[in-house]
Amino acid sequence: MTGQATRPQRRPDGAALVIAVMLAAVGGTFIVQGRASPDNGGYSGVGSGDAPIFVGVVLVLLAIAHVVKGLRSGPVGLPVQHLGPVGLIVGGLLLQLVLLRITGFSIASGLLFACTASAFGHRNPAISVPVGIVLAIAVYGVFDQLLRLNLPAGWLELTIFGS
Amino acid sequence: MDTFGFLAQGLATAMQPMILLYALIGVTLGTAVGVLPGIGPALTVALLLPVTYGLDPAGSLIMFAGIYYGGMYGGSTTSILLNTPGESASIVTALEGNKMARAGRGGPALATAAIGSFVAGLLATLALAFLAPFVVKLALVLGPRDYFALMMLAFITVSAAFGDSTMKGLTSLFVGLALGVVGIDGLTGQARLSFGVPQLLDGVEVTTLAVAMFAVGEALFVAAQGSAMHDKIHAIKGSVRMTREDWSRSWRPWLRGTAIGFPIGAMPAGGADIASFLSYGSEKRFARKPEEFGHGAIEGVAGPEAANNAAAAGTLVPLLTLGLPTTATAAIMLAGFQQFGLQPGPLLFVTAPTLVWGLIASLLVANVMLLVLNLPLIRLWVRLLTIPRHWLYAGILLFATLGTIGVNPSPVELSMLMIFGIMGYLMRLHAYPIAPVVVGLILGPMAEQQLRRALAISQGDWTTLVASPVSAVLLTLAFLGLVVPPLLRWRGKGDVLSKVAAAED
Repeated sequence: MTGQATRPQRRPDGAALVIAVMLAAVGGTFIVQGRASPDNGGYSGVGSGDAPIFVGVVLVLLAIAHVVKGLRSGPVGLPVQHLGPVGLIVGGLLLQLVLLRITGFSIASGLLFACTASAFGHRNPAISVPVGIVLAIAVYGVFDQLLRLNLPAGWLELTIFGS
Repeated sequence: MDTFGFLAQGLATAMQPMILLYALIGVTLGTAVGVLPGIGPALTVALLLPVTYGLDPAGSLIMFAGIYYGGMYGGSTTSILLNTPGESASIVTALEGNKMARAGRGGPALATAAIGSFVAGLLATLALAFLAPFVVKLALVLGPRDYFALMMLAFITVSAAFGDSTMKGLTSLFVGLALGVVGIDGLTGQARLSFGVPQLLDGVEVTTLAVAMFAVGEALFVAAQGSAMHDKIHAIKGSVRMTREDWSRSWRPWLRGTAIGFPIGAMPAGGADIASFLSYGSEKRFARKPEEFGHGAIEGVAGPEAANNAAAAGTLVPLLTLGLPTTATAAIMLAGFQQFGLQPGPLLFVTAPTLVWGLIASLLVANVMLLVLNLPLIRLWVRLLTIPRHWLYAGILLFATLGTIGVNPSPVELSMLMIFGIMGYLMRLHAYPIAPVVVGLILGPMAEQQLRRALAISQGDWTTLVASPVSAVLLTLAFLGLVVPPLLRWRGKGDVLSKVAAAED
């Protein structure tokens, strides 16, 4: 997708080649790990290592197919991707993962809520953060208190719902 | 006891107030997620799985089935009024339905979709009730090799037989199979591909994968498209009543749609989207006014909507009788059964008849509820579409993480949610289908076990796999499903296949 496509026919489809490399890497790992299995399968002749080897071999074959197709087809035009919003959502998920144990479910999830809202164009955290936290507290109340799902509690939950 | 006796007993279960409440919650949620773009029944069931740990198994399963049926009803609304299908099985409905709405006939379009769904749902659920005992009897004579062959056929139809590219479908399937291998081997207890991480010994949770792929992946994908233009909602003008002509043009498509949809759902031959597409094609052929097709022909709404509901009921046949899921939603419902320690299959009809027949009877009740929810209250559902996108997706992500946190609030599980979410986004971007990953994850280990059992019985003789007529036929069909589509594409007949692309629900 970078540079000008002056001779589109001659350039390979970069995405297909990258996918091929990933498939080959995963496939190779599966073959190596499968071969390391000590189980020979007993009566059936198919042991616990054979499924990983089979999956690995097919993944490698699919990687080869991707390479062939990528070299033949040339770059595929993809719609322009806005990576800023993607980063915001992934950042929100990371933030929640880190904060979950420290601040408890409601604050961590409220921040994820605000990050996602801003990825979709709502850029005022003074509104989205409180809305998210209030919603998360309501969710906590219903699912942890009423439905006995075990959600991590922080100071906010302990203050509102007690222990 | 015969089917009528069992059904009557099931109805008694279904009429209990608590069960009615579960069914009502299910169909309401189902309609809502069907209406909302971006979330489908597969995702909703996956989100609710962890939440129902502590609840009544029968009630929860009835709720899940209600969501499945409701999603099929609700999906038509967005197709008709927005031209953006709420779920994949309603893509065809958008072709004619949206044209009708533009011409000010949105009301009758919604009505024929809702009544068609009702007729199809009712007939197909009855067909399910009468067919299930026969399939159960049949299932008792099937051995491991036959199950293995059935699963091969399911793999191929889900991944390779339809869609743009056999290679992409197979890649998705094998990503799912690869994830399915991770964890402890069910037959020997060997740890596989767990790299010493204890959380990986349990394998990859179906719910985590489904929620990540469908919710997180979809949200990332939609966000990455920037502020893409939204289609205008076509207000429902006038009443939702159908004229005499609408009725006379609708009832045959309803019945034909049911006749097409149910068998397709019941065979491991793909999901509701394929059924609705085939129904659209046949309506076009049978239509008295074929020139209206493409400009808002009511037959083109009535048939496919009936077909997708019938197919949804049809997929419950292999799921309940054989334990074989053929769509992503069915795969997640199977995980739901397993969560309660129930294994769908012939044995379930013996060990838990109240539950199975209660579930089937509840579907009849749910159908009636859905008709009431959808016809008079349609204006209310349309209001859901006015929720701003940023609140909608923010809420979806909050609930998506809620399920994972509720089951296992470990950083490993949340990291998997994030990684699979990014994977789902990239797969959508590069047009790899999502459903094969989910089906591969849940069916892969089952297929492996059946294969190893079959080979253990035959003492390692591989010809046993084609030695029974059932397995030989099924494996041949699977092979054809793998080989014929590339030939068709090569000869320039690929558009039909890509239109029937099996998507997520």
